[in-house]
Formats: sequence, structure tokens, C-alpha cells
Amino acid sequence: MTTQMLTYLFVGLSFVLYIGIAIRSRAGSTKDFYVAGGGVHPVVNGMATAADWMSAASFISMAGIISFVGRDGSVYLLGWTGGYVLLALLLAPYLRKFGRFTVPDFIGERYYSKTARIVAVVCLIFVSFTYVAGQMRGVGIVFSRFLEVDVNTGVIIGMAIVFMYAVLGGMKGITYTQVAQYCVLIFAYMVPAVFISIMITGNPIPQLGFGSEVIDGSGLSVLEKLDGVLMDMGFSAYTEGSKSTIDVFAITAALMFGTAGLPHVLVRFFTVPKVSDARISAGYALAFIAILYTTAPAVASFARLNLVDTVHNTTYEDAPEWFGHWESTGLIAWQDKNADGIMQYGAGAAMSPTKPIFSDQIGSHGQRILENAPTDSVNEVYIDRDIMVLANPEIANLPGWVIALVAAGGVAAALSTAAGLLLVISSSISHDLLKQTLMPNISDKQELLYARLAAAVAVCVAGLFGIYPPAFVAQVVAFAFGLAAASLFPAILLGIFTKRVNKEGAIIGMLIGLIFTFSYIVFFKFYAPELNSAEHWLLGISPEGIGFIGMLLNIAAAFIVSKVTAAPPIEVQALVDDIRIPSGAGIAQDHG
Amino acid sequence: MIEPSSPIRSENQPQQSHHDQEIVSLESAKTYWRANLYLLAKLLFVWFVVSFGFGILFVDWLDQYSFFGFKLGFWFAQQGAIYVFVALIFIYAWRIHTIERELGIDDDSIRPSEEA
Repeated sequence: MTTQMLTYLFVGLSFVLYIGIAIRSRAGSTKDFYVAGGGVHPVVNGMATAADWMSAASFISMAGIISFVGRDGSVYLLGWTGGYVLLALLLAPYLRKFGRFTVPDFIGERYYSKTARIVAVVCLIFVSFTYVAGQMRGVGIVFSRFLEVDVNTGVIIGMAIVFMYAVLGGMKGITYTQVAQYCVLIFAYMVPAVFISIMITGNPIPQLGFGSEVIDGSGLSVLEKLDGVLMDMGFSAYTEGSKSTIDVFAITAALMFGTAGLPHVLVRFFTVPKVSDARISAGYALAFIAILYTTAPAVASFARLNLVDTVHNTTYEDAPEWFGHWESTGLIAWQDKNADGIMQYGAGAAMSPTKPIFSDQIGSHGQRILENAPTDSVNEVYIDRDIMVLANPEIANLPGWVIALVAAGGVAAALSTAAGLLLVISSSISHDLLKQTLMPNISDKQELLYARLAAAVAVCVAGLFGIYPPAFVAQVVAFAFGLAAASLFPAILLGIFTKRVNKEGAIIGMLIGLIFTFSYIVFFKFYAPELNSAEHWLLGISPEGIGFIGMLLNIAAAFIVSKVTAAPPIEVQALVDDIRIPSGAGIAQDHG
Repeated sequence: MIEPSSPIRSENQPQQSHHDQEIVSLESAKTYWRANLYLLAKLLFVWFVVSFGFGILFVDWLDQYSFFGFKLGFWFAQQGAIYVFVALIFIYAWRIHTIERELGIDDDSIRPSEEA
């Protein structure tokens, strides 16, 4: 069977599995729909959280980014895992004890105010839609790359699948499909990683392999060799950073606090039976995530070393087979600037504009001819960062079924994240906006119907974003973290750990955090991109890291405003006392 | 809208419960919260030191030491901190649960079937 047929087979089988699970776990009540009935086993929830969390970007792009930026890539590794410590220690158990359905539920009740609830809904929709728009595009790209269909067709297939299980099954359907998706994606990630590690170092454990010696007799470890080779070629050393320390600090902090404040992650901890389960479940979630996140930097270094070894100073004719394969998809390009037939790879952009524009012609060596203008640098090779994961199975000479497996894994990663995001958007609309604010008299059945409708609408809107991506989408996905850190995280944290912060403080704090962070990002990214460099930044902090400052402003504003306004009512202080104590957790949500 | 469901109330209210569950004394609630904050402070200190400390602020200084073939700072930034994070969550879950059992305010008797 050809690799393409195997890919169809694997991806098709995985779809049958997901839809089968969705039909079996149909939601019968709003509680099923919003929080899967509240009876999910902590290990199951941990696995579902891990799949929810790891998107196509984690699966495909993260190792590629680290591969090209080396130590600076640590911000993603630290930021996207360290947030779980905050989540498990500071938020999840208390939100579970509170025991309703959504994040705005908590903010609305703790700050005894419909306004606070609405502000939280606005923050949530803002954060989740920026995130989901990127995911749907990701779904389309993954489908088009693996199934060889057009990106828009890919988005529509993805929408149809997500529609099936998110609208039918709600959180219940999503949870169990995500467990299946986690298994598919982690297996698909680890198999090539293990083989590449063996190929380069002889060590089957990638996490140890990238500290081991390369088996080429040089006696150097992978990282030592990589540092040396890259420096010879004019790059900076792989294990040295080039960003300023304060910026790395701020970006890591924004990603960490943002992770802990992301609604689609928080809501997962409403689905377990009790408080102690919420804590342990976050531990399992991070352990499952850590398997991929500790492998990614190893894959990054192996792939970079391998790339340099096999491509640099090689004639086009002698290049490995995968080079031509990925050249045909446009992810690799070569421009023979000095007309010597040998590919020189080095620092700097190979061409202008940086992404290749292919003409129909084929050059004398068989390479695709580009229309881009050559640049002055010696570098002749364009390499898309996604290659680092996508081409791994071929680089390691693995059989076709592994390539098919990676395809199924990429699709699983993209679908699971999109579904989780769509669910929190729909529940914030049907539950927080309709049931709790505009139409308090609707029955549970009607609310469930509205929840399904809202999910259906959200899928369609997200699909439109995928088909007609606003030019800014790709750039802003990372900023969802900054916005979550600056708006939702402090409101929840202060709601649990202080009794004195009141509705005025929380509302003004959230608004200041959101508006400050949003304006800073818009200013440097869209309004005045020419000023987007370290000497113009506030304290040298880039737009990616500004959410950290937004968070500090939010907290400061919340304390100052609360100090000069009335303390929260006595019932609210009693509510805070109540959520701090774990016993009685399962019973809390009967009231509401 | 606000309807606290557990017996913990503020000082000037009588303690009562509309569920058949044990009443948590105000004293053990306070003891628990103090112990919890102390435990959190210790664990978050470690969280900060391994990530922002070893992985970012002191990374260059630590890089002079070698650890299983890695520069130590680099290892913390791309591997070590993540392992410590996982351990911290499990340590917290275990330690806090022990404290809860000692004070009799754990949630061991709650089963999902009790909801509904």
C-alpha cells in the first residue's frame, strides 16, 4: 500500500473512532454538556486536558521553532508547562469546589455582579476566539498537507467532524474523544522521535539522547556538536540565548499565567468528581503533556543537526529523497545563487521575500526555480520550521505507516483543541449570557438546546475564520495568553485568596488589564510595526510578554479600588470560606 | 444568588448545614488555610527557582557546570524545570490531602453518585 493510501486509512479510522465515541456519549442534560456530568475519572480528565491543550502548533510547530531559535525557545517549554503548577495549586481545586459550569459563573458569583460576569464573558470570548481562529486554520493546513486537499476543503472537513461530536456530545463527547486523540497524537510523536534519537546517538530515549554523544566518532555530545557547527556557519550557538533576560522573563511569565487563566483549560477541572481529584488530575495532565514537551527540544536539536549534516554543502543531486518531496510541497526551497550546484546553508534569509514564490520552471539540477530576489547572504536554502516534525519519519527512514501515523496525530492535535475551545465559547453564551443574564426562566432542556445552537454557530464562525483568515490571526494567537494573563487569571486568583477584593476592584482590574495589554499589542503589531523593537518597548518587554505587566496592573488596580470602596457582602465572604474547604465538593452545584 | 452550601460561615453566623455532613469547626478551617498557604509558599518558591531562577536569571552562570552531557542551565530551561513542575503538583496533592485528613476536612467520602 502506498503512503498516501495508508494516510487515508489511518486518518479515516481515527475519524470513525472519534464519531463512534461521540455517539456513545451523547449529552442528556446541561450538566453533561458543560461539565460531562461532573464524574470524569482524574486520569481520564488529565489525558483529555493534555489533548485539549496540545494543538497543531504544539504538535507540529513547537519543535521547529525551538530548532531555529535554540535556547530562546525555552520560553514556550517553561511557559506552557509551568502554568499547570499555578493551575493545580492556586485555581483548579477551588473552582471545582465552587462547582458550577463556567469561568464567568465563578467571577459573576464571587463578585456578586452581572457586570463582572459580562466582563468575564467578553474576556473569555476574546481570548478563545483569537485562539480558535488559529486552530481552524491549523486544521485546514494539516488536512491539506496530509490528505492533499485544498486548505478550505480541509477546514470544512474539520468543521464537520468537530460539529458532530461537539454539538452532539458537548463536554461529555469531547472528553472521551480527546482521550482517544491523546493516545493517537502521543504515539505519533514518540515513534519518530525514538528512532531519530537511536539514529543520531544510539540512545532510544530522546530526553537523554540529546545530551549523549553523537555516534560519528567525534566524541562530542549532540549539543556541543550543534553549537560548533552552527557557529562555523555564522549562526549563534544553539545553547546560548539572544533575547534580553527581562524579555525572556516577561514572555515566560505571560505564557505561564495565561495558561493558568485559559478558560478551555480551567473548565476541564469542573468535570472531575471532587476537589482532590481536580488537584491530582492537573498532575496527570501535566505529566501527559510533559511527555511531548520534554521530547520536543530533543527532536529540535536532532532535526537541526541532521538538517545541517545532510543539506549543507551537498549537491542537489545527492540530497536525500525527502528534500525533493518537501520541496514539491513548498516547505523547502533552494536558490543556487553562486551557480555551483551545491546547496550552501547558513545564517540570514536566503531570498526576498523570505517565503519562496515558485515559478513553473525546473532548473538544471532538477530544483524548482524561484521568482524571489536573491539576498546578499551566503544562505541558499529556505526551510519552513514545520519541516522539523513533518519530515522526521522520512529523515529517519521509517516506513510509510509511521508517516501516516504522524498525519493522524497532527489531525488529532488540531481537532481536539478546536473542539475544547468551541465548547467554552458556546457554554459562555448559552449559560452566562442567556440563562444567567438575559433569559433566566428557560428550562434545562431549552438551555441545552441553546447550548447546542451556540456550539453550532461557534463552529461555523470559527470555520469562516479558517477559510477567510483575517491577516492578523497567525500573529495574534500567541497573544491570547497575554490577554488571559492580564484579565481572567488575576480576577480568579484574587477571588479565592482574598476576601477584601470586591466587584468594583475586580471589574476595573480586568478592564485595565485587558485594555492595556490589547492596546500595547495592537500598537506595536498593527498600528506602528516599524517601532516594534527593543528600544521602543516599555522596559524592554516585547508585545508577547506584555501580558505580565497587564497582570500586575490588574492586581494593583483591584487592590486600590477595593480599598476605597465597600467590602464584599457577608454572604460572599462566606462563599470564599466555603470554596477554601475541600469537603462537600460534590454537593455544591445542586444550588444554582 | 449566593447560597453557600458548606457549613463554613463567617464568625458572626451560627454554623449550620443543610446536608448530612460533618460540621467543620472554624478553628480547623483556619488551621487548614494557614497550613495550606505555608505549603503553597514553599512549593511556589521551588517553582520560581527552577524556572525563572535556574532557567532564565542564572542560566548563564549554571551553564559552566555540566550535567549528563548538558550545560546545566540549558538543561533546566528545556528539561529539568518541567520534571520538577510535574513533581510539585503531585507533592502538593499528597501533602495537602494528608493535612486535610488530619483535620477531618477531606473529601474522601464524596462519590460522584452523591451529586445528581
